[in-house]
Amino acid sequence: MNVIDIRGATKVFNPGKGNQVEALAEIDLVVEPGEFVTLIGPSGCGKSTLLRLIAALIAPTTGLVEVNAKPAEQARLDRDYGMAFQTAGLFDWRTVSKNIELPLELMGWTKGDRRRRAKEMLELVKLGEFATHHPSELSGGMQQRVAIARALSFSPALLLMDEPFGALDEMTREHMQDELLRIWKETETTVVFVTHSIPEAVYLSTRVVVMSPRPGKIASVIEVDLGERQALVRDDPAFHTKVTEVRVALRKVEE
Amino acid sequence: MSTLKGFSAPIMTGVVLFGLWEGVLALFNPQGFVLPAPSEIAGALIDNWDDVFQGARITGYVVVSGLLAGIVLGVLAALLVTRFRTANETITPLAVAINAIPIIALAPIFNNWFGLTSARSNQAIVVALVFFPIFINTTRGLTLVDRSQVELMESYAASRSRISREVRIPNAMPFFFTALKLSTSLAVIAAIVAEYFGGRQDALGPLITQSAGLTRYDDAWAAVLAGTTIGVVLYIAVTVLERVVMPWHSLIRSHREET
Ligand SMILES: Nc1ncnc2c1ncn2[C@@H]1O[C@H](COP(=O)(O)OP(=O)(O)O)[C@@H](O)[C@H]1O
Ligand SMILES: [Mg+2]
Repeated sequence: MNVIDIRGATKVFNPGKGNQVEALAEIDLVVEPGEFVTLIGPSGCGKSTLLRLIAALIAPTTGLVEVNAKPAEQARLDRDYGMAFQTAGLFDWRTVSKNIELPLELMGWTKGDRRRRAKEMLELVKLGEFATHHPSELSGGMQQRVAIARALSFSPALLLMDEPFGALDEMTREHMQDELLRIWKETETTVVFVTHSIPEAVYLSTRVVVMSPRPGKIASVIEVDLGERQALVRDDPAFHTKVTEVRVALRKVEE
Repeated sequence: MSTLKGFSAPIMTGVVLFGLWEGVLALFNPQGFVLPAPSEIAGALIDNWDDVFQGARITGYVVVSGLLAGIVLGVLAALLVTRFRTANETITPLAVAINAIPIIALAPIFNNWFGLTSARSNQAIVVALVFFPIFINTTRGLTLVDRSQVELMESYAASRSRISREVRIPNAMPFFFTALKLSTSLAVIAAIVAEYFGGRQDALGPLITQSAGLTRYDDAWAAVLAGTTIGVVLYIAVTVLERVVMPWHSLIRSHREET
């Protein structure tokens, strides 16, 4: 069974109006369980739009989007996925711990279970001592880590992430990449990840999907098999070969 | 603690101001009826305590009841307007248009509608005056929400009412309180000016006009002082309420001030 099944999906914003935008044209994409798929491409090529289609936050203009072999909308209602956005989107009126507990509250977890899980997740993103702080007291990078902890809190089988590490400094970023890979392996989740960093895409993915703009299309798909990922891989010649391959594909797209 | 600290500066300013006022009048001694010294006003306040206290009670009732009704109506209208798109498209432009009317100018007309000697018309003025800032600001707060916060709630399959409760209403709180603080002083002004034109004759408004008419300016000032007190007490109450309801907000502010 495929986790994601997209067939001939298109998205036109404001159809028939002066500000009509053809954001996506004829997207076909299948994601199998346990894959780590990265979407990369110049800004405005429809990466976020594609992710929103999968999340059923918007509906396709034409075509079909299925998640876990059911309509994406049903998967959303069944809470089949967790999501993290480029902006942390934390709630100032909730403490850090309560922000992580929010999805758990909506899913009817008991207070004790929520507390325990929030604590675990905060340890994971190395913010254990900030549980009772409010988001406004945290730096941008720390806020982003809270948002990631929140997305992971209910162990969704599918993770949708839209440039979640964009605001992080290089050190934190590499650390979070390793954490994400560890979680991905341990929990056997499927991940769809948007980025504009080529090394990040290559380091994380099993498959890099290169998109081209106006209208958004899948230009090429590059399989990545670097075996067991560790920090070492970043210095591996095979890693650099893949980075070059993706860079060449992107350059073609941007011409 | 921090609440006390927040109020000590205005209190100090007040003390210094009154001292200057008293001192300047003592030094230059202009004709006494132009501006009575604080000590004379205090004397008048003690002499007329019963009348001033009664006036403050009547006017205070008009202010507080009008304020409460205006808040309830303003918030309900804001919730309605954000819930139903058609309501928004019809009510909001209407509200903005009506807001351009100088409400206080309607006082004599309201007297005609609600009766010359009852407090109803004065209350109606306060309600109308409070309604618009509350309605417009709260609506703004309910709609100007972070898109990713709403999408996040949708990704959890949260219901509309849950999204309102978790995102829209907390987001509207600072907007609401800004409007409310503005409304407290507006409400006192509106009530007293409306009382100049009608309403109960033992309220602060008539007390001011009658005292001034008899050139008893220190009595008039004593009544003004009572009106000021109502405004200040309400403002402090709102500020305290704001800190209780939105502890996170003063946090954001203090954090921003530091940086
Ligand atoms: N809600 C929307 N309304 C209108 N146009 C939109 C909307 N969302 C995205 N677009 C347009 O669709 C195109 C793709 O946007 P997006 O998916 O955000 O690109 P990316 O994430 O790759 O930078 C852009 O031209 C953008 O302006
Ligand atoms: Mg984007």
